[in-house]
Amino acid sequence: MATAAHTSTVVHTSAPTHHHYTTLGLDSRKVAIWAFIGSECMLFVSLISTYLIYKGRSVIGPLPHEAWTDPSTGQVFKPILNIPVTSASTFVLLMSSLFMVLALAAVQNKELPKRTRGERILGNSKLWLFMTALAGTTFLGFQAFEFTSFVHEGLTIRRNLFGSTFFTLTGFHGAHVTAGVLWLCTMLAIDYRRNLTAKDSLLVDICALYWHFVDVVWIAIFTLVYLIK
Amino acid sequence: MATTAVHAPAYPAEYPGEHTGIWSWLTTVDHKRIGVLYLYTALGFFIFGGIEAVIIRAQLGAPNQHLVSAELYNQLFTMHGTTMIFLVIMPLSAAFFNFLIPLQLGARDVAFPRLNAFSYWVYLFGGLFITIPIFFAVAPNGGWFGYQPLTSRAYSPGLNIDFWVIGLQILGVSSLAAAFNFLTTIINLRAPGMTLMRMPMFTWMAFVVQVMIVLAFPVLTIALVFVLFDRFFGTTFYNTVSAGADPLLWQHLFWIFGHPEVYILVLPAFGLVSEVIPVYAKKPLFGYPVMVYSGILIAVLGFGVWAHHMFAVGMGPIADTFFGLTTMLIAIPTGVKIFNWIATMAQGANRYTTANLFAISLVALFTIGGISGIMHSSPPADLQQTDTYFIVAHFHYVLFGGSMMGIFAGIYHYFPKITGRILDERLGKIHFWLMFIAMNLTFFPMHFSGLLGMPRRIYTYDAGQGWTVFNAMSTTGAMIFPIAMLFFIYNFFKSRRSGEIAGSNPWGAGTLEWTIPSPPPEYNFAKIPTVTSRYPLWEGREPDQESARINSQTGKTAEELGIVIPYSTIKPLFVALGMVIMFSGLIWTKALIAVGAAMMIFSLYSWLLSPLEPEHH
Amino acid sequence: MDTHATTVPDSAEASLHAPTSEVEHPHPTWSTYWKVALILTIITVGEVWAYYIPSFVASRGFVPTLLFLSALKFAIVVMFYMHLKYDHRLFRVLFTGPLFIAALTLLALMFLFGHLFIHIT
Repeated sequence: MATAAHTSTVVHTSAPTHHHYTTLGLDSRKVAIWAFIGSECMLFVSLISTYLIYKGRSVIGPLPHEAWTDPSTGQVFKPILNIPVTSASTFVLLMSSLFMVLALAAVQNKELPKRTRGERILGNSKLWLFMTALAGTTFLGFQAFEFTSFVHEGLTIRRNLFGSTFFTLTGFHGAHVTAGVLWLCTMLAIDYRRNLTAKDSLLVDICALYWHFVDVVWIAIFTLVYLIK
Repeated sequence: MATTAVHAPAYPAEYPGEHTGIWSWLTTVDHKRIGVLYLYTALGFFIFGGIEAVIIRAQLGAPNQHLVSAELYNQLFTMHGTTMIFLVIMPLSAAFFNFLIPLQLGARDVAFPRLNAFSYWVYLFGGLFITIPIFFAVAPNGGWFGYQPLTSRAYSPGLNIDFWVIGLQILGVSSLAAAFNFLTTIINLRAPGMTLMRMPMFTWMAFVVQVMIVLAFPVLTIALVFVLFDRFFGTTFYNTVSAGADPLLWQHLFWIFGHPEVYILVLPAFGLVSEVIPVYAKKPLFGYPVMVYSGILIAVLGFGVWAHHMFAVGMGPIADTFFGLTTMLIAIPTGVKIFNWIATMAQGANRYTTANLFAISLVALFTIGGISGIMHSSPPADLQQTDTYFIVAHFHYVLFGGSMMGIFAGIYHYFPKITGRILDERLGKIHFWLMFIAMNLTFFPMHFSGLLGMPRRIYTYDAGQGWTVFNAMSTTGAMIFPIAMLFFIYNFFKSRRSGEIAGSNPWGAGTLEWTIPSPPPEYNFAKIPTVTSRYPLWEGREPDQESARINSQTGKTAEELGIVIPYSTIKPLFVALGMVIMFSGLIWTKALIAVGAAMMIFSLYSWLLSPLEPEHH
Repeated sequence: MDTHATTVPDSAEASLHAPTSEVEHPHPTWSTYWKVALILTIITVGEVWAYYIPSFVASRGFVPTLLFLSALKFAIVVMFYMHLKYDHRLFRVLFTGPLFIAALTLLALMFLFGHLFIHIT
């Protein structure tokens, strides 16, 4: 990118944290995860664009925000999106991001003395990793509930364009959440096996960056798919 | 040439020590050996794709021929395009990325050596996956751009397109994994003093290309996912207009990827030529900063020109104007590069070695392809040219005359660094001239047959339309390519065995990769150099004499020098294999999906939980 | 991906003195985190609330307001939770560059498929 040229002026602001020499004093894994996240922007924009392009072009229902009557049978399909349920799952995912930053802070501050009970709770990396994974799993549970109820109401991936684009977009997001939950569980397992220390912050940091990115993608999806009619 | 006088001891053209045998190649994580694997594999596919082209040209040599059936012809041109783009030019570029980026940066390896091995194995398995079907006459047959709705299940019910969709999906993983790796390497593994504006131009162009891959390939992934869902799960993303779908969505998504892809194919060759020309001219590259900025500008503009592939679909005056203008604009940075190469050669010493001849031919031939490209940027003119052989002529001038000629320049220039021996110059020049003649004789007449109205992708044609003579010329030219390639192959293996010993810097070049022995030791640099200029080996620039001397004379092993080398490992290969088995389960049996996924995940965890290298002391 | 997942980087200075952020900025703390979470929750509640006001949904301001609120949440999470505000600016480039191209591609596609219009008088 054009702006990359400017990084040439960046000097080493501190000693490299990794035992290999790196030009910018940054860990390569963190550089790679940010490049990956940049790439994911294009992935989700392709999915979101397709959803928006086909918005309002389904010729049969069920439809997201409008009721639809089947002209041949007279069967009435209600607007299919369930805003209260999805608002709840959105809130759960937002909270998972809070748990994630707490998990990272707990690992980063592992060596600091814990005086009060509050500090001990905030410093418990296992607790916050677990809570993040739990919130992620809860979100996936909401999604499974949503998908099955949609199918019961007659919306499948092949029913109409809304079904195709909706299930693909939210399904891809759900797959990302699933990968994130697996990643968090792996971190949790490592923490149980040998206790993560401040030296391991980078491992949790890159996991957290991925997790928050999946969260911001949902912020966009929630508005573009669920709220805007 | 102050420091080029340093003479390296002659090394045998083999990697030293225990690193021989098939197992060492399956488990290697050394960027140089992975680069060599890419080189051999891609050259193999190049011969394969070339044979397909020769059959295509034989079929079109005269009117009303029936050497191959129409169906097989469809498979041949589809596989020729797919092979040359995804299995030849991109991997040949990747061969040079692998071999050169760490050497030019002054690094000991790429940022993620095992991920690098993974990229190669995914490429190999994906390439085989998409290539083998042609032996069973079920190869992809929908064109390399697989336009909808032709490639939907309704119009292509067979397995052909399934192989294509899944194969490209697999190859995309390889390209993306490699791109994250090289991007991180270039950002983070530069030697002290190697600022961005001191990086060799090849690495700069590689940097730009990685950014383009990172941004363009996800779009292809999604576009292919929709095809996959349409074909396997009955969705209607592209097909069934009565259901509201729009087949043009495929064209838009495909070309949002496809046009950056064009620059992904050609910019590495531009980078190679920017290394080759200054060396033989004995002059620094003219206008280095402008070359950098024009490369970046090409990348940025490259994302805003995609719909010029689609003028014929009728997008309306605003879109036509916009994409026509951006297409004309992108010619400016490209033209700047042409002029800078010419200015580099001007008043230079200009030794016309084979590498330099290939490089100069890129400048000439790419200009021809570039000019016909500007002709397409005007929508009214494009409507006359689109889908004719004029387009075929245009993109072969940029992809063969541009990319392949540049890559051959790179092969002749860097063969000594890779193998320790120099390619025979006499055979090389025969190869060059035969290829140059073949290239122009094949593709120049296509401008005429195209303007006379000959459409692309027809398997035969009637006499009396004025195309016959031009087709005969093209076919004659195409028959010269195999002869040229025979000279190259003979030269390649003969020189590899008994060519002239190269020494560390046979061409008197100025960049870091020439400060170390040929072939380089597995750790590349015995002492990481400190860089103070763009051409550290050329005089008057305070070269890091100390490290240059140590690096060129070292004959020690990594252990003796206390350099940590990553462990060899088979795990990336198993992850790649598991992934390809998983994907192929979509075609054969669903059980394979579970088997492949299990193999992939197990190998991946095993990889991630094992250390990269011995503990550091 | 490729480095020690279970083994510990062994350079001594990697431990206490060098937390994840390599740039000498104050790192956000617990008070920042819960305030950010509170703001995000309030915005989300506001968004859902707006969805249930028919007169507002029908008005011209509805879509721009929701897009703005969504972008605001997006930016807050990226700046504070992904600590891009405090981190090396390379990461900002790696994220905003692709995001910029992605946004332009989205806009162009919306235009090409007739969801956005350019009026020429």
